[in-house]
Amino acid sequence: MSDRAKLNDMSRPDRRPLTHLKNEELMPLPVPLDSPEKDHAWSILSEKVVSSVECGLDDTCALNIPQPKTKEEEEALVKKFLSGLDKLFQKENNWTFLQPLILTMEHCAKCQTCSEACHIYEASGNNELYRPTFRSEIVRRLYFKHVKHGGLLSAFEHGDVKVNWPLVARLAELAYRCNLCRRCAQTCPIGCDNGLVAHELRKLFSQEMGISSKECHDNGSVLQLKVGSSTGMSSLVVKDNIEFIDEDMTEKTGVKVETPWDVEGADVLLIHNAGEIMAWPENPGAFAVILNAAGIKWTLSSELAGYDSINYGLWYDDAQFARVAIKHAEAAKKLKVKKIVLGECGHAHKALSVIADRVLTGELNIPRESSMTLLRDIVMNGRIKLDPSRNDFPVTLHDPCNMVRLMGVVEPQREVVRKICPKFREMEPHGVDNYCCGGGSGFAIMSGNNFQDWRFHVSGRKKMEQVLNAFADCLDPSINKYICAPCSNCKGQFRDMLAYYEMWEKHHILYGGLVELIVNAMVDVKPGFIEWDWH
Amino acid sequence: MTAFTFSVLYLALLFFAAGCVVRAVMYAKQPLHLRWEIYPVPHEEPSRVKHGGSYFEELNWWKGSHKSYMAGELKVMVPEMLFLKALFEFNRPMWLRSFPFHFGLYLMIGTCGLLVAAALLGIWAPALMAGGLGVALHALYMAAGIAGTAMALIGALLLLVARLTDDKLKTYTVAGDIFNLVFFIAAFGVLAAGYLTRGEGAPGPAAIVAGLLKFQTNMEMPPLMAAGLVLCGLLAAYIPCTHMSHFVGKYFTYHSVRWNDAVNMPGSSIEKKLMEYLTYKPTWSSPHVTADGKRSWAEVATTNPWQGEKK
Ligand code: SF4
Ligand code: SF4
Ligand code: SF4
Repeated sequence: MSDRAKLNDMSRPDRRPLTHLKNEELMPLPVPLDSPEKDHAWSILSEKVVSSVECGLDDTCALNIPQPKTKEEEEALVKKFLSGLDKLFQKENNWTFLQPLILTMEHCAKCQTCSEACHIYEASGNNELYRPTFRSEIVRRLYFKHVKHGGLLSAFEHGDVKVNWPLVARLAELAYRCNLCRRCAQTCPIGCDNGLVAHELRKLFSQEMGISSKECHDNGSVLQLKVGSSTGMSSLVVKDNIEFIDEDMTEKTGVKVETPWDVEGADVLLIHNAGEIMAWPENPGAFAVILNAAGIKWTLSSELAGYDSINYGLWYDDAQFARVAIKHAEAAKKLKVKKIVLGECGHAHKALSVIADRVLTGELNIPRESSMTLLRDIVMNGRIKLDPSRNDFPVTLHDPCNMVRLMGVVEPQREVVRKICPKFREMEPHGVDNYCCGGGSGFAIMSGNNFQDWRFHVSGRKKMEQVLNAFADCLDPSINKYICAPCSNCKGQFRDMLAYYEMWEKHHILYGGLVELIVNAMVDVKPGFIEWDWH
Repeated sequence: MTAFTFSVLYLALLFFAAGCVVRAVMYAKQPLHLRWEIYPVPHEEPSRVKHGGSYFEELNWWKGSHKSYMAGELKVMVPEMLFLKALFEFNRPMWLRSFPFHFGLYLMIGTCGLLVAAALLGIWAPALMAGGLGVALHALYMAAGIAGTAMALIGALLLLVARLTDDKLKTYTVAGDIFNLVFFIAAFGVLAAGYLTRGEGAPGPAAIVAGLLKFQTNMEMPPLMAAGLVLCGLLAAYIPCTHMSHFVGKYFTYHSVRWNDAVNMPGSSIEKKLMEYLTYKPTWSSPHVTADGKRSWAEVATTNPWQGEKK
């Protein structure tokens, strides 16, 4: 293994990366990706990037933090970082996560049980830098030294680390080498949470220093609050696009599809991840087909953010998170709907149902429900006619962490898939023990520099292994196979990763949502809703 | 000398209890955080616990009444506390070292309890203690004490060796971790040595505990035994100052974080707390947060700095 990173390396004054990943050192993959020599070579960061932004952590760079020009500038940044660190531990600034954060700081027993659970650590070939506790241990030492003002005795008890700009810059990048999937936290005997530490670090950088990933902030939550959606679609554009989808779906299914907009008093306000409308229009289309067929009184909203369920603040910024959650609730309040139903988007599920539960008060506290539950009700209670033989191909189910481990919506989607897909097989492990797709916490939309190389080789590797194992008996390209991923973000990761490894071309592995499978099996719809050759 | 030993023990116990309470209060008085549970949540309905599901799996979940199943929690908590189940499941090599250590400690604590019971019975009902009960209690605390000390010592030694030799532990091991384990080994080692080398007629564990309860300072204690007791006392007082008080932390990480799925219903006590937190005034300095120390979280969260701006 290449040089094993040490905690103190983080403050190394040079800008050389602390580690370098080699394909042959990564976790081996099963057939057909079992030969590291044939794996893609990593693209190298350009000279311009290396000389202008901070990329001293590893082979990639997620944040493009400009290199400070002077020592004074560096010192000012370090000072700001330390003031942000202080704020993380003040209730006025961080009541939202203070209790779990303090507990994690105070009680880690350094047993490393969590490491084995982390797909990033495992996939990297157990690279020390990606051990879940590596980043937490740095933060812990800083906490005891700079927040609790520990002296020599504290350094003896908790260890020490030198804080300087190189450490701060590396720490910012390292906060973006975690999917926030919290699989590690599930196994910690004490209940410490390294995913939370990455989350809180991201917050510190965003809320105090204005450092975040451009994709999540400028092109994400800011754009959503500016025009209504991180896709850039205004309400006029989104209505146009949906109209087009309705026409397309009508033609494709042979059933008249009409999407209702802004219906006051509707039973259901459906909020999609607007990325679906742009990238996978058949998903909102299929929702419309199903809800109409089942006789649900539903609507979409054209309010600002009311037609885009994404809430990227969940990954890096409490203020942005709360703003978007409130916009979602306001859209529902305005229409006086009975409930909000979240489309196929894992993080939107968790953001609005679970996390925002303690943000929305009074009239904004409108019931929120998972579309998985509603779809299960429709399918299992025979509210639409289905012919499972139309789905006579191997199907496996991906569990979006945000919906499953972090929200407990596990069975509804399974009941549906079991009922309508005769060749369904589980990935191992699955359910609440699943592995993240590797696109979690914003990675699926992050592709600056060579970040994609990292996300396919490292963060997505475990999922790739699971998919190949699930389809090991039918890899032959004459058999079409379907990964059902009821989450827009996960689909983004699957789309990119399957293309990277040419999984459709060579093995006919396709991915898609749950509603597409349902419509594909609907008796009243023209056969062949899933378009295998669309690629 | 005996007066000193007894005083240290009393003070140490007091310090231990106070330290644990201070920690528990520090955690308990933190604001209610945003929900951050991880499934499975064991107090869910048994049919859902099996697959780790939540009430969100129910259609119109907010209309149902959600019972919390204490039995489900106990089913997880008891094996976790007694046998370190999570470690057993996810980190077997560590469990092989950590389990004897922890179980040894439990046995030692149990021994102390039995010794106190025997001493009190000896004072209040000497006739009872002279009979079969006394013999049984004696056998029990001797067995628990010997097994417990041996297990804790072996466990601590194994943990120490692992900390010093295992690469994946070494990177994160600090001087304090070594000190802590050495402290355990020294305290229990000296105590055991004191017991094993005590002379003819020297007071045994039962007599010492009875003496402690009566503050009988004229008791002649072998110096090594006294040193062992003082070390054990200091160790107990030291634990709440360190991460080793994780038995306190763990209560909160499980009940307040991992398993806390309490819903914020309109008008609930949760909502009341949130209303208070929303009046807090943050000072985060990135301009987009729009926090200046004067504006509340409620104002920050309902401000859209980009309202009306074009793309
Ligand atoms: S976070 Fe938990 S599992 Fe990981 S090293 Fe710390 S105590 Fe062990
Ligand atoms: S949250 Fe997920 S990605 Fe992050 S350290 Fe834990 S297991 Fe690894
Ligand atoms: S992208 Fe999907 S799998 Fe990955 S963290 Fe998000 S929900 Fe989980």
